Formats: sequence, structure tokens, C-alpha cells
Amino acid sequence: MPETTPTAPPTPITTDDVAKVAALARLSLTDDELEAFTGQLRSILEHARDVEALDLDDVPPTHHPYPLRNVFRADEVTPGVDRDEVLGEAPATEAGMFRVPPVLGEAP
Amino acid sequence: MTAREIASSVRAGDRSAVQILDEHLARIDAREGEIHAFNHVMADEARRSAEAVDATIAAGGDPGPLAGVVVAVKDNLCTRGVPTTCSSHILGQWRPPYDATVIQRLADAGATIVGKTNLDEFAMGSSTENSAFGATRNPVDTTRVPGGSSGGSAAAVAAGFASVSFGSDTGGSIRQPAALCGVVGVKPTFGRVSRYGLIAFASSLDQIGPFATDVADAALCIEVVAGHDRRDSTSIPEAFPPLGVELGRGVDGLRIGVVTELLGDGVEPEVAARTREAADSLAAAGATVEEVSVPATVFGLSAYYLIAPAEASSNLARFDGVRFGLREERSSMPETYDATRTAGFGAEVKRRIMLGTYALSAGYFDAYYGKAQKVRTTIIRDFESAYESYDALISPSSPCVAFRLGDKTADPMAMYRNDVSTVPSSLAGHPAMSVPFGSGADGLPVGIQVMAPALGEPMMFRVAAAIEEAAT
Repeated sequence: MPETTPTAPPTPITTDDVAKVAALARLSLTDDELEAFTGQLRSILEHARDVEALDLDDVPPTHHPYPLRNVFRADEVTPGVDRDEVLGEAPATEAGMFRVPPVLGEAP
Repeated sequence: MTAREIASSVRAGDRSAVQILDEHLARIDAREGEIHAFNHVMADEARRSAEAVDATIAAGGDPGPLAGVVVAVKDNLCTRGVPTTCSSHILGQWRPPYDATVIQRLADAGATIVGKTNLDEFAMGSSTENSAFGATRNPVDTTRVPGGSSGGSAAAVAAGFASVSFGSDTGGSIRQPAALCGVVGVKPTFGRVSRYGLIAFASSLDQIGPFATDVADAALCIEVVAGHDRRDSTSIPEAFPPLGVELGRGVDGLRIGVVTELLGDGVEPEVAARTREAADSLAAAGATVEEVSVPATVFGLSAYYLIAPAEASSNLARFDGVRFGLREERSSMPETYDATRTAGFGAEVKRRIMLGTYALSAGYFDAYYGKAQKVRTTIIRDFESAYESYDALISPSSPCVAFRLGDKTADPMAMYRNDVSTVPSSLAGHPAMSVPFGSGADGLPVGIQVMAPALGEPMMFRVAAAIEEAAT
């Protein structure tokens, strides 16, 4: 993806950009979907450019409406969720674990 | 009958919880086919809990402040052993191994949970048309949408399927459907209600709140579920204040602002007229009412539609076909991820995941997400400045009355514009609620939004009660 600086308005999103973000997000798109999503995302991003009317240089970002503090508590054992109940809802399990297809290469 | 009347009659032993449940189930039988408020009606579980309430009464005990009250809950709240779908194919018929804190507190208060209500998939939408299981229809006019994303919860109360219901509000998903269905809907201050067991959409915005037929029932509901929960790290430690005392206090001497920017272009004339009449009624009741500019609110949509998708793209990474829900198994894990997410998510969810991924990606972060977070600061500052002069602010809850199914589905940006009045308070983390006030085009309900500063629920309910009194 092309690098942009905060001061230069980014170029409109292209089908190549959308294909890249779809791959990053683990989504497969047909050619028709790619076209349609690109047009829609372009119009949403175009609308979002109205904020360029604001002078935001000295404004700090808000990540969260309230300051988050770390919460400490005593390290006491309390009941957790039941393992069998959790695994009972999984697509595939084996020996008390989630079973998945090979992550790297062929299964032994 | 209000939830308050039902609870007091059940607690007094005048009526049984089972009787109350049967009346609601009969209304569901009669009209649910046409409305589709529910993804899942929990008739058996509801009967068991109603019987338990009646047994407690028979034994001389008190089941709690919602004794026998029939409650519907949005299908993004986890209910142990009962399918929880977010109206998405990707969760399949997943049955959570635990209850959300809100569900637990409702049960502890004696409520009868009657079912899981339909929503826009993962709460992304403003019409409930984005559900993988089909749209919900507005009980006031079934050719119209109920609003969204908590459209099923709003419709359930409007149709009498439940006395009260719960939804989640990320950018207006309680207030806008409340307005379109003619009921009361409340988004509390961010952190007031525990989100433990709420399936996350945008974590810096999501908040749970009630729908009810009147302001006092909404107050009762929020009192039951609000308050600190150690299982939600964003939960506010302060105790929730009692609201009942606020409802009869009136607005004499209060200063109330009508937000100029939220009455601008795009607001239907009759919606704007009702808002001004509501303002006049507050003035007649002794408040000082003036128009006030909160300038940055016009940039709310732009900030919201970058921040919420960015957070969603991260939260929805957990739906990968490994631990729960749908798996489209392929010969490798990477192919399984792709196939599962491609088959499991609907178009709006994919759109927001991609928008958020883009806004967070290298080279674009500063231009989009970073800028949106700065706009968020500007909106908070403008609100804080308005609240120096005003106790509460009002606006329309939605720029329009309920629109027809299909009217806005072709153009995402047109759908997003429905949220223009509600996103500013969401970005600020402030409480806001919608109160019915007369009708607009085609006799459809109009809702007035009452906004207050953080932790300002007592003031918000005081003003809402005065608007309700003027409307009736």
C-alpha cells in the first residue's frame, strides 16, 4: 500500500487496496463483490473527509471515553467455565482439545 | 399493564408469573409470524423460571423487583445453554457456556426471560434488515422497518410480546429503534452496565440498555442491571443512583439546550416540529430552553464510521471456525479461516471489517483512525462546554420516522445517516435516551432524544419524564 503522511489527503481506495484488506481480514471476494465493495468503501471514506475542515493538529486522540485503570484483585481460585461444556460447542475436538486442519503443510 | 404493575401484582400474590407468561406467549403466537421479533422463543425455559417465581411466592419469599415480568433480550447477549447467534450464520446455533451478567441480574430479580430477539448481524445496521435470519417488521406498520440494530427488542415491546426488553447501543442501536417503534429506549453512560457476556462489536462504544413502554419502567430495568461487575474491566465502580425520586420532580428551573446541528438538513420537517414542541413543553413546565450549538456533532458520523469498524475488525477476528460456531473445513487451517469467514459473515459485516482493517493499516492510520480519534476528543469538548450552561440537551432521536423495508439497503451511506443524532453521545460515552413524542409523516412515531453528561442519568430521566408527561 502507498505510504501517505497525515497532512496529505489519501488517494481514493482502489480495488487493489480492497483485495489486500480482504486478504488480511481472511475474506474471499468475487470480482463483482470487489467492485461493489470498492465503490461503497470509497463513498464512506469520501464522507469521512469532511473532518479535514477541522484543525486537529494540537488535539489529543481519545481511545476510550473514560481513563482505564488496571484493576488488581486477590489471586484466588474461583470456578471457571466447564471445559466439556465449552468443547461441546466446538466444531471438532480430540482428547480435550480443539482439533483443526494442518496449519503448516501436510498432516503427519 | 406496566412492568411495575405486573411485578407488584405478582409479589402481592394477586396474579401468578405463569399466568403473566401465558398472556405474553398468546400474543407471540398471534403476531410473531408477521413481526419476526425473535430468533428464538424460550417458551420452556421461561415457564420453568415463571414456575420458580410462583414457588417462591407460595413459600412466602420475594422473587425480586421484576417478579413475573416478561423480558426479551437481544440475541448478542449470552444465555447459558440457549442459542446465541448475533443474527449471523457464523455462530451457527452456538450455545454459550455462561450467562451474561445482565441475564444473571434479570433472573435474580425474578424476571421471566421469554426469548432472544433479532438484530442486524453483529449489531451492524439501523433497520434489522441485515439479519441472516430475515428482517423484523415494525409492529406499528409492518411495511416499515423497526429501526436497528436492536429492532427485535424494540418490536417485542411495541407488540406486547414482552413488558420490557434489553438491547445494545453502539451508535444508536437502542435509541433509534425505540423512536421508530414508539417506545422508550435508554443508552446508559458507558460503563454503567456490565458488558460481560455481550458479544463485542466496538468495545469503546458498546453499552447495554432497556426498552420499555414508559420512562418509569425503563428506570426500574436499568436499576436492576446497572452497577459494578468485577468481570467487566470497563465497569464503573460508583453505585447506580436511585431514579424513582427524579421522575416526579419536574423541570422547573432547569436549563435545557436544543442542539442546533441535530435539527439541520436531513431532518424530516414533522420530526423537527415535534422536537420544537417538546422543547416548548419543557419551557411551559418552567425550564429555560434555548437552542445551543454543539459544533463538532456534525462530524460524529465520520468519526463513528471509522472508529466502530476499526474496533469491529479486531473484535470479529475471533470468529475463525476453531472454537465455536460455523466451520467450513478445508485441507489447511488458512483455507479453513477464509472459507469459514466468507461463508459465515453477511455483506454489511464484511464491509465494516474491511473498512476497519483499511483504516487501521499502515499508511492510512493517521489519515483515518488517528484523525477520527481526535474528532472524538473535539466532540467531547464541545459537549462539555454545552453542559457548562445546560443541565441536559435534546434533539430528535432519529432524523426520520420508520422507513419502508428495502428503502435504504442499496446504499450503505444512506443507511448510516440514520445514526446522525445518536452517534455523538456514543462517542462521548454519555447517557442518552429516546422518549416517544407524538407522530410524524403517515402517523408514525417520533422519538425525542434526551442527552446528559457522564453519570447524568438522574437528570436525563427527570427531563425524559417531563417530556413523557407532556406527550400524554
